[in-house]
Amino acid sequence: MLRLAPWLIGFLLVGPILAGLAMAVLPAFGYLPALGGEAFSLTPWRELLAQPGLARSVAISLASGLVTTAVSLAVVLLFLAGASGSRLDDWIRRLVSPLLSIPHAAAAFGLAFLIAPSGLLARLVSPALTGWERPPDALIVQDPWGLSLMAGLVIKEIPFLLLMSLAALPQLDPQRRVAMARSLGYRPTLAWLKVVAPALYPLIRLPVYAVIAYASSVVDVAMILGPTLPPTLAVSILAWFNDPDLSRRFMASAGALLQLGVTLSALASWWCLERLVRRLGRGWVEGGQRRRGDLALRAAGKGLILLAGTTALVGIAGLALNSLAGFWRFPDALPQAFTLQHWQRALPSLAGPVTSTLVIAAISTLLALGLTLAALENEQRTGRRPHQGRVLSALGLLYLPLIVPQIAFLFGLVVVMESLGRPPTHGLVIFGHLLFVLPYVFLSLSEAYRRLDPRWERLALTLGASHNGFFWRVRLPMLLAPLLTAMAVGLAVSIGQYLPTQLLGAGRIPTVTTEAVSLATGGNRRLIGVWALVQASLPLVGFVIAVGLPRLLWSNRRGMQGAP
Amino acid sequence: MPIRPFALLPALALMLTGPLQAAPDPADWEAVLDEARGQTVYWYAWAGEERTNDYIQWTANRVAEDFDIELVHVKLSDTAEAVSRVLAEKQAGNDDRGNVDLIWINGENFATMKANDLLFGPWSDRLPHYPLTDPENTPAVRYDWTIPVDGLESPWSSSQVVFYHDTALVDDHPRSMPELLEWAHDNPGEFTYARVPNFLGNAFITQALLELAEEPGILYSPMQEADFEAVTAPLWAFLDELHPLLWRGGRAFPANSSELRRLMGDGEISIALSFSTTEASGAIANFELPDSVRSYVHDHGMIGNMSFLAIPYNAQHKAGAMVVANYLLGPEAQAHKQDPVVWGSNTVLSLDTLDEADRARFDGIDLGIATLAPDELGEVLGQPHPSWVDALAEAWQERYVGR
Repeated sequence: MLRLAPWLIGFLLVGPILAGLAMAVLPAFGYLPALGGEAFSLTPWRELLAQPGLARSVAISLASGLVTTAVSLAVVLLFLAGASGSRLDDWIRRLVSPLLSIPHAAAAFGLAFLIAPSGLLARLVSPALTGWERPPDALIVQDPWGLSLMAGLVIKEIPFLLLMSLAALPQLDPQRRVAMARSLGYRPTLAWLKVVAPALYPLIRLPVYAVIAYASSVVDVAMILGPTLPPTLAVSILAWFNDPDLSRRFMASAGALLQLGVTLSALASWWCLERLVRRLGRGWVEGGQRRRGDLALRAAGKGLILLAGTTALVGIAGLALNSLAGFWRFPDALPQAFTLQHWQRALPSLAGPVTSTLVIAAISTLLALGLTLAALENEQRTGRRPHQGRVLSALGLLYLPLIVPQIAFLFGLVVVMESLGRPPTHGLVIFGHLLFVLPYVFLSLSEAYRRLDPRWERLALTLGASHNGFFWRVRLPMLLAPLLTAMAVGLAVSIGQYLPTQLLGAGRIPTVTTEAVSLATGGNRRLIGVWALVQASLPLVGFVIAVGLPRLLWSNRRGMQGAP
Repeated sequence: MPIRPFALLPALALMLTGPLQAAPDPADWEAVLDEARGQTVYWYAWAGEERTNDYIQWTANRVAEDFDIELVHVKLSDTAEAVSRVLAEKQAGNDDRGNVDLIWINGENFATMKANDLLFGPWSDRLPHYPLTDPENTPAVRYDWTIPVDGLESPWSSSQVVFYHDTALVDDHPRSMPELLEWAHDNPGEFTYARVPNFLGNAFITQALLELAEEPGILYSPMQEADFEAVTAPLWAFLDELHPLLWRGGRAFPANSSELRRLMGDGEISIALSFSTTEASGAIANFELPDSVRSYVHDHGMIGNMSFLAIPYNAQHKAGAMVVANYLLGPEAQAHKQDPVVWGSNTVLSLDTLDEADRARFDGIDLGIATLAPDELGEVLGQPHPSWVDALAEAWQERYVGR
């Protein structure tokens, strides 16, 4: 049974994606009998290439994939390099989970309200410092270069990369490496950057690739913060798929393939950058320079990560303020009146979506956890461990759903499911969520699982316990903290899914996220505030349990309470 | 008697191929009501506005009480999503178990579904409440954007474009497109419209063309390629001059009517437009706009249209969908909808056809401080043919996207 687990995971992840992609390829070349496309042709591509502003859409998608990733990675590495175990550092590390649990759309709304010319920042300093009685006419949010889009993505990707790095670091024994370098006279930040970072990067390479893929194809954040004339490629594709003129469906499919190409090009460019940095970096590492710039690097790391973290939190606070606001004219720093009306109006309609969100998230997370545990336990018993960091390995397959843009295969997948005669049900949506929950659960759990000291197992077996007995009575209890963290991550991922829920559920299965995004098209910032807060607080509950439960259960065993 | 088991096969085969029920016929309304009892109707409707959602929820409670129908609002951010779904079902050969029972629809989406045979009907012109719209004298219920309705969709809501302005910031509002341009010269950065092809953006450029074109009549018949350039030239001259004077210099546009409203509430702009005559009043009550906002219309008249309810060809609960559509067309539902406290969307009924009691339901409604009285709304201009609107939207994108 256990042996089947890796295969089952591979099939579950690869099958639907390939099927979905196939159903995007056919219409892209003119074949879609339901719309009268009986013969293959290149017309969809010709139409696509004739779209106004296409080159610019592609360029911005590509740039946002690369810039977002470079900036987030740099900030994370600089912070880790400069972190010295001070109270501030601990606090920032603890901030990771709540920041990770804020859904992308909510964070984007928060940022938009913060930096807009009529936003919170401008209100705080107006008219006292600026003299603005009316908001200045400046294009900040939705700027044509996609800068605010990239800023919004960076805020969300930093916590993700930080979490992945923190999970991978213990394998490298960073303290010893740094101590060694310091004994050779290197300042601490430079020491970390020269001896730990080069070893860390291969371990977080796949998460980095996932960030590139996500940032180059994201839909919801780009709708809120991205440029509009033209929008990014992914947003344009969604608009073409939704165009009342059904013949645009062909062009949209061609666009979906183009998006796949753009994402792959972004990945390829990054790969070339890796080579370049490796060549240049080697000279820097071996140059023997030990002191210069240490302080500046440390300050930059800390400053930037604080800036990103506070921006996200203040943005959410701004949304909270909006959800309670009466009329709120520029340049007032606070609303003229507060009211509970928006919450009262929303509460009755919250129950249904919250329940289905939780049911879907719980089931898909439990399924993912079961599969992950089976695969990891199989790995322990057979002693076979996949190579980490290699794209074409079993572990690499896990990243497939994170690297193939959702928009490229989900529409095709809907057609596949329809042809199989599967009506939209909770089951189908759960299956769709599993595609994205499984990789994250696996990634969060695997390191802790593999690091559990093998001597515990030998000891238990010597005392006469069976493999299964050891698994249930020793391994699982000892891994309670990481298990719960993995579940919290899984819940958060499931709760944040928009496209899979909307498409596979035929829109009939409302979750907090689908409701929030459909209200977002309504643009009422007060209601968006209500729903975004609900959306952000649900995953937070998971993280609170993940941190709190082990401490409660193991209050008499400090070593098992999990990392702070 | 010898048993011939094979004789039963054809009958069995028929049973296995699924429900071969005849489609419900609204002429026999009692039968429709019977069939509808206990059905669950999935209504795919745009859900970007909380008041609309609340009204649909109210309807769900009413039809559950009166007709034993469970009405489920499937919330869309774009009506075309429902069209996509029906299409995906047709593509997959699902011709009788469709998920979509009822769609809130009009204009291009209707034209598309009709042209692709995705609609069930005719049924709507046989509904018991249909005569209350006075179809003989109301072409708007027979033509959706000049496309003949042919009984394929039931009228639901009527709307008209209005402008609204903040009287604290604008003394004298423009009364025509040329005046708007002049006003924009004096107040750069204080007006914008929704991004084409959003329906409100389309409405603005169509309205502008109707006002500026030399012979607007031609816009009501299908577009001929040869005419396009000459007819639309005044529009492009107007927009080319207007865009640099818009909010953000015309380099960005709000996505839709609600974002436009938010810009107004934030004081970024001081004139906006809406497809709902009561939008400003509702938004003031909701704290989204200052109470100094008022609505106005242009002297030439403003574009108006109706939105409808349609049933896809493969809907599973056609009888239930008809009963819901008929209920929504009745005086009780229409009057409730017109109340700005509830939603404030105009009725499609012709009040002359109603009896005393039903007319009283409408007379008692307070339209709100920023809403124009029916006689102040001026002339309603019909929607041009969809082919024109399509071509305009496309040409707009070619001119202004990626520049």
